[in-house]
Amino acid sequence: MAKHRSTAVRGREKRIGSGGLGKALPKCPTGIAGLDEITGGGLPLGRPTLVCGRAGCGKTLLAMEFLVRGARDFGDPGVYMSFEETEAELAANVASLGFDIPGLVRRKKLALDYVRVARNETEETGEYDLEGLFVRLGSAIDAIGAKRVVLDTIESLFASLPNDGILRAELRRLFSWLKNKGMTAVITGEQAHVDQLTRQGLEEFVSDCVIHLDHRVVNQVATRRLRIIKYRGTSHGTNEYPAMIDEGGLSILPITVLELSVRATRERVTSGVAPLDAMLGGGYWRGSSVLMTGTAGTGKTSFAVAFADSVCRRGGRCLYLSFEESPSQVARNMASIGFQLTRHIRSGRLLFNSVRPTSYGLESHLVNIHALVKRFRPETVIMDPITGLGGMGNTDEIKAMLTRIIDYFKNERITAVFTSLTDAGSSFERSEVGISTLMDTWIILQMVEAANERRRILSILKSRGMAHSHQTREFRFNSRGIHLLDFNGGPAPSGEASRRSERRS
Amino acid sequence: MKSTKPRAAGRKRVSREWDLRLYIAGLTPRAVSALENLKAICEEHLKGLYHIEVIDLLKNPRLALGDQIVALPTLVRKLPVPVRKIIGDFSNTERVLVGLDLRPRAGLARPVPGGKAS
Repeated sequence: MAKHRSTAVRGREKRIGSGGLGKALPKCPTGIAGLDEITGGGLPLGRPTLVCGRAGCGKTLLAMEFLVRGARDFGDPGVYMSFEETEAELAANVASLGFDIPGLVRRKKLALDYVRVARNETEETGEYDLEGLFVRLGSAIDAIGAKRVVLDTIESLFASLPNDGILRAELRRLFSWLKNKGMTAVITGEQAHVDQLTRQGLEEFVSDCVIHLDHRVVNQVATRRLRIIKYRGTSHGTNEYPAMIDEGGLSILPITVLELSVRATRERVTSGVAPLDAMLGGGYWRGSSVLMTGTAGTGKTSFAVAFADSVCRRGGRCLYLSFEESPSQVARNMASIGFQLTRHIRSGRLLFNSVRPTSYGLESHLVNIHALVKRFRPETVIMDPITGLGGMGNTDEIKAMLTRIIDYFKNERITAVFTSLTDAGSSFERSEVGISTLMDTWIILQMVEAANERRRILSILKSRGMAHSHQTREFRFNSRGIHLLDFNGGPAPSGEASRRSERRS
Repeated sequence: MKSTKPRAAGRKRVSREWDLRLYIAGLTPRAVSALENLKAICEEHLKGLYHIEVIDLLKNPRLALGDQIVALPTLVRKLPVPVRKIIGDFSNTERVLVGLDLRPRAGLARPVPGGKAS
């Protein structure tokens, strides 16, 4: 949505950034996953943007991706002026991301210039200016008709050239020169202390847009975050957004941008267990989130699989995120109660993704799930169990992550089933990560002991927008699936009686 | 570049032959005074031993890459080796002489900013 709007604006106002006081600021798309969403279309067109953060936070990658994607996807040639790394180093660094720097340079889509100013090697003998830099940059811009410029990290000049006063004045001149040339520029700056954004206070010169990157370790898990500190003339998310660097480059997850405006459907999907559908008054709402809690061995996975199976049999696609069991393990176990998952996996309708929660950080899980959903386009996602993520961070972080996931699924109109393990003894109404409020339907599975028998019972604790049953039902598994029975709290119907009542339901 | 070719022959006369390259961008007042100041210093200290080549980057911007020019005016001493770079309008004669190794650096290797040795 935002993207379309900005493109329209761009077409109307032409490229060169005209008056900054206009209502809708023209944007320059970065093509970086998620960044254009949180900025409402990209960086300010024809203006400089400061990208700051500590060493190793991904500034150079963001800057390089901005240029490469600009050249490749948006037809904007770009100039990369590096003050720290040589042309060869830059190309090698991003080659693993599939960015063909030498190729872009050959096709005149990209120009690299490594500016090396040896530290304190030069003697200052009077007034000077940075006209040499201007000339170099100008000739590189003209040579390829550049629209985008990166200066990474121009602050290094302060370490190499004497007289800070001249440098500051010259940088100010440089940024306004870039603006006059209509260049959308990314200027990187290194954060040395917590209480300042850049060593030399570049934020003072670059006032249109400031982006902060952060890379920190929480609970031994490294997490990257991105925050927009300032974006003049644009309303932007002020949160810290999780970010990740993977084989596709940088991605930012903007999903808390939930504009609670997702159109609710009146469409139902079967839960895969007919009596449960009846209890819900017709099945789950499409695009809703279902939480299934219960102690160990109550059959959470079975209910989830019953749902997955019914989706696949209808020809839909289901993504199964398993945090504890391997695909073959789930398939074997579920075959014993009549769900032939292998068939669905082979037909490509069921995609299993088994990964240990601890394999990587929460953000990475989030990014992975995004990538999987984008690629596979499922109508249903199952996360089994979300409690597996418990060791991955504190409750708030997990809740934040799940909120993002749920919001994302809702936006994509994906029906999602989450299973959650309740500790035996603890109150089941206190769902571990406090996410029950985010869920539309909450089904509780319990094990009760009655007349020397452990019996499984099911009840619907809540289900928004449906006249659901308040009954407690007993359920059993057999080789043909899940069966619901009436539960009267009395002694278990023994032998024949039990089988009869099973047949009835 | 050309001047560095007859290297073997040049080595012996290192201390007597000065090959200087002055980078400017257009004949700005600063560029003009830089050239004047430089000529005056050379006439006084290096009479008959020097050669100044003026490179105008506005005419050929690519030349800024070879000598890694950022600040202007920049003077590059190609010969005698080692290569030295000084920047500014050369109004501070002492600093120019120090930068060109015509005068030993006062005290430590690095001059104190603003500390004039005269």
